[in-house]
Amino acid sequence: MKDDAGVTREQRVEALGGMGCKRKRVEDARFTQGKGNYVDDIKMPGMLFGDFVRSPYAHARIKSIDTSAALALDGVVAVLTADDLRPLGLHWMPTLAGDKQMVLADGKVLFQGQEVAYVVAKDRYIAADAVELIDVDYEELPVIVDPFESMKSDTVLREDLVAEDGSLPDGAHGPRKHHNHIFTWEVGEKEATSQVIDSAQVVAEETMYYHRTHPCPLETCGCVASMDKVNGKLTLYGTFQAPHAIRTVVSLISGIEEHNIRVISPDIGGGFGNKVGAYPGYVCSVVASIVTGVPVKWVEDRMENLMTTAFARDYWMKGKISATPEGKITGLWCEVTADHGGFDACADPTKFPAGFMNICTGSYDIPTAYLAVDGVYTNKAPGGVSYRCSFRVTEAVYFIERMIEVLAIEMNMDAAELRRINFIKKEQFPYQSALGWEYDSGDYHTAWDKALKAVDYEGLRTEQAQRVEDFKTGKTRKLMGVGLSFFTEIVGAGPVKNCDILGLGMFDSCEIRIHPTGSAIARLGTISQGQGHATTFAQILASEIGLPADSITIEEGDTDTAPYGLGTYGSRSTPVAGAATAMAGRKIRAKAQMIAAYLLEVHDDDVEFDVDRFVVKGAPEKFKTMKEIAFAAYNQAIPGIEPGLEAVSYYDPPNMTYPFGAYICVMDIDVDTGEVDIRRFYALDDCGTRINPMIIEGQVHGGLTEALAVALGQEIAYDDMGNVKTGTLMDFFLPTAWEVPNYETDHTVTPSPHHPIGAKGVGESPHVGGVPCFSNAVNDAFRAFGLRHTHMPHDHWRIWKTANKLGLHG
Amino acid sequence: MIPAAFEYYRPKDMEGVLAVLTEHGDDARVLAGGHSLIPMMKLRMAEVPHLIDLQDVAGLGGISVSDGTVRLGAMVTQSDIIADAVLADAAPIMREASLQIADPQVRYMGTVGGNVANGDPGNDMPGLMQCLDATFTLIGPDGEREVAARDFYESAYMTAREDDEVLTAVSFKVPEGGYAYQKQKRKIGDYATAAAAVQIVKEGGTCARASIAMTNLSDTPVYSEAAGAALVGTSVTDSDIDAAVQAMLGDIDPAEDNRGPVEFKRHAAAVILRRAIARAWSRA
Repeated sequence: MKDDAGVTREQRVEALGGMGCKRKRVEDARFTQGKGNYVDDIKMPGMLFGDFVRSPYAHARIKSIDTSAALALDGVVAVLTADDLRPLGLHWMPTLAGDKQMVLADGKVLFQGQEVAYVVAKDRYIAADAVELIDVDYEELPVIVDPFESMKSDTVLREDLVAEDGSLPDGAHGPRKHHNHIFTWEVGEKEATSQVIDSAQVVAEETMYYHRTHPCPLETCGCVASMDKVNGKLTLYGTFQAPHAIRTVVSLISGIEEHNIRVISPDIGGGFGNKVGAYPGYVCSVVASIVTGVPVKWVEDRMENLMTTAFARDYWMKGKISATPEGKITGLWCEVTADHGGFDACADPTKFPAGFMNICTGSYDIPTAYLAVDGVYTNKAPGGVSYRCSFRVTEAVYFIERMIEVLAIEMNMDAAELRRINFIKKEQFPYQSALGWEYDSGDYHTAWDKALKAVDYEGLRTEQAQRVEDFKTGKTRKLMGVGLSFFTEIVGAGPVKNCDILGLGMFDSCEIRIHPTGSAIARLGTISQGQGHATTFAQILASEIGLPADSITIEEGDTDTAPYGLGTYGSRSTPVAGAATAMAGRKIRAKAQMIAAYLLEVHDDDVEFDVDRFVVKGAPEKFKTMKEIAFAAYNQAIPGIEPGLEAVSYYDPPNMTYPFGAYICVMDIDVDTGEVDIRRFYALDDCGTRINPMIIEGQVHGGLTEALAVALGQEIAYDDMGNVKTGTLMDFFLPTAWEVPNYETDHTVTPSPHHPIGAKGVGESPHVGGVPCFSNAVNDAFRAFGLRHTHMPHDHWRIWKTANKLGLHG
Repeated sequence: MIPAAFEYYRPKDMEGVLAVLTEHGDDARVLAGGHSLIPMMKLRMAEVPHLIDLQDVAGLGGISVSDGTVRLGAMVTQSDIIADAVLADAAPIMREASLQIADPQVRYMGTVGGNVANGDPGNDMPGLMQCLDATFTLIGPDGEREVAARDFYESAYMTAREDDEVLTAVSFKVPEGGYAYQKQKRKIGDYATAAAAVQIVKEGGTCARASIAMTNLSDTPVYSEAAGAALVGTSVTDSDIDAAVQAMLGDIDPAEDNRGPVEFKRHAAAVILRRAIARAWSRA
């Protein structure tokens, strides 16, 4: 077939739509027309609806539950309480963090909004009416919303974790110090770090609270459980970021054999970590479907989502950082008190109860460091998910990027220069950090210099100094802040040797079938929630196997068809499943090479791959396109080669990947109203090899917007009685186009040396780097007036309070 | 977020509306744009067994400016207000305030009648109507009556409107002089942390008349007669503005919420009013 005479190599490359091109998202055709298929779009014959009775109290004993009025309501099919689940052993369920959690309140409630009873009714409205009719008699107990108070309190939150003789059995992560204590996790060298800091000439200390917030995806969590009593198969549709893990967990806790469970994640409207865990709604819906024999749907409303499923952050971080008089950092100390709420339901790899918090040495060559994290129970909702970040990496990066600023203040140094003299140097990679990670690659100085130059950093500081003068002389009431942030992410969990969740190794997978006419389908163990996998994974494959991306279907989320994988969170899709895709593609290519050689009547080694074909070495006019090879693979008898062209790869990454970036924010702050105006935001990302620059840009915009939200106002706040004060979008800050500034994006490219295509992942970087950048800008605006640190979220009244405390209101 | 069951009515005329209201008393409520009532129903904070949609009722729309009077039918939306050139010319503060209410989607549905009649202290129109000294027209089984906006609000969600009455129109004299609607809010869609409506008439370099009302700083809108009076006869210098601000602070009674503590709200109210007066004066 010589029908491409006159077509240049460049044109052939372009026709593939492979890696590096700004391919338009194939998903958008359906999303922009409202044709997505989300969980709540699923309608099945005879389907019933579930709804929860939830606790109005943060801590109370349940004396009785009267369901009679609800059961008498026409259309109510069943009401489940813990007593109904107990015989099945399902009144409690295991959490991802090795703790257990009540599915329905077993004698007491530990947070406001906790699930107490589950109503099943013929329509959603009747279910809601029935919820109102259930009479629960509560006896209020003392409420603890402060983790420090919790560690001193006589009040026992979790009686189930105290032995009859009053002793404290070990938790999932070792000994416990107090009945409300969950674990202590220590990394690094305590004595050595202590000595370094005690003997240092310069030491800066600060305590910072990274407030509790929530991922708040546009689509809330939900599921449809459908038990077919004839064939014994359970189909579970749901908003699952990890469908295979959910299948295994459902099998383990329900006793249904795994082959009889099919988990399907349809289109998902954003996850950001909120949809990693297993929630009582899933368990109750499955039980209800088993009991009734018909499908049961449960979908959270917005308040339930914000109040009960998977908060993020809530870390109190106490730091010490030491340096030489020249500013070279010598040691870092970090003590964290982590508020996990009523149950430890953090979504971290099992061996990492505080996630990858030990990336808190950041982008700096810090020789000695120590980290200790104490997890504590309180009367708040469980969770502790990684909201648009790898496990606890936002906390770690916020910590180090604030500590650097505090050290700069202590030393009266420029914070940009302080970063520069402490960066890990390009030639130090792979770099062993003091807290145990091996950074794969980086070129921090180049990125930093590029960023500072792009914004005219010195010019900004000159302007800022003038602004301070103008403020002092009454010419303006607005201060100017320059926020700096240089982050190193750690993503792509992860190597099975140290990363598992409940024993499930964190590899991922890709299975490819090439069709005879030269198109293909690839299935992965991941699941897109808006990341654009159907677009980008097809691009990886296009470059690897030489078929156009437009001819490759990407399918995810159905455990009956997709190969096993651990799902999408922690920016792991590209680093792990993307690698599996490339490796599976290479298996296809290896077989294609043998077929091409046969067809061209030369030895295997005499052909080489070129864009979309194999050519005879030294004779480029002799070739077979991948399309021709695909047809031959199925339809021509080739001696010694099985028919077909398929491959599967399970990829266990040798290491994490370490994307990095340099962000700079310029903002004006009205000291009288506390209002913030972001004048400029520059974001340089290095995510290694870039698969689709347009999708990267979109990811950066989205992540920065969620960073802006968290830094400037987004929080889950509780009052002293454990009432959630921010349970609706009136008070929970979800930015709109109005609040979002223009973002300038930029990049450098430092490929990962161990990833098949050198890609590192980017979806979470902008959030990880963005939060400290916005926060540093606010803090920086007040630096000239003596501020060292003020806690997030920087909403109007808190900024006003900061200004007020500094005496700026006259 | 699922409302309790309710009967839905969609009458074509006011007679039909009043018939349902008379029959069911406070079990019935009228629905205009729905942006306050429907969320309350979904949260089950308001139980409305009989919901009367005003969408199809004739004669509740329309903006007119004649004989020096502006009249807006109750079903006029904020979007209508923004788009109406005659109104923008006659009472530009209406457009300025409407552009600060929520977002375009809300403004396509949100009505002036619903905004003023619901009695939510967070709504922007009540304070604005008090600033403009508007009159509300109510119709009930006993016919029509008029109530001054400055007399209408009793406490949060409690107004001079009887359960069997419907607010059908707002009207006010074409305002004179400079104006400003100044609002601080946390984000689009939020109620005001503090907002001020100001109209000022300047005659020969001196303030001849001034009207000032504040939003979301008490359980009702706050018409601060004293704040306006403090400006009259002055040349609106910084110290005159300070006096007006002090007077206003004597009239408001903000409560702590997620927007901040009382101390901050009083500070914000002062800043916002100061800016509103300065802007109105510059336009006077």
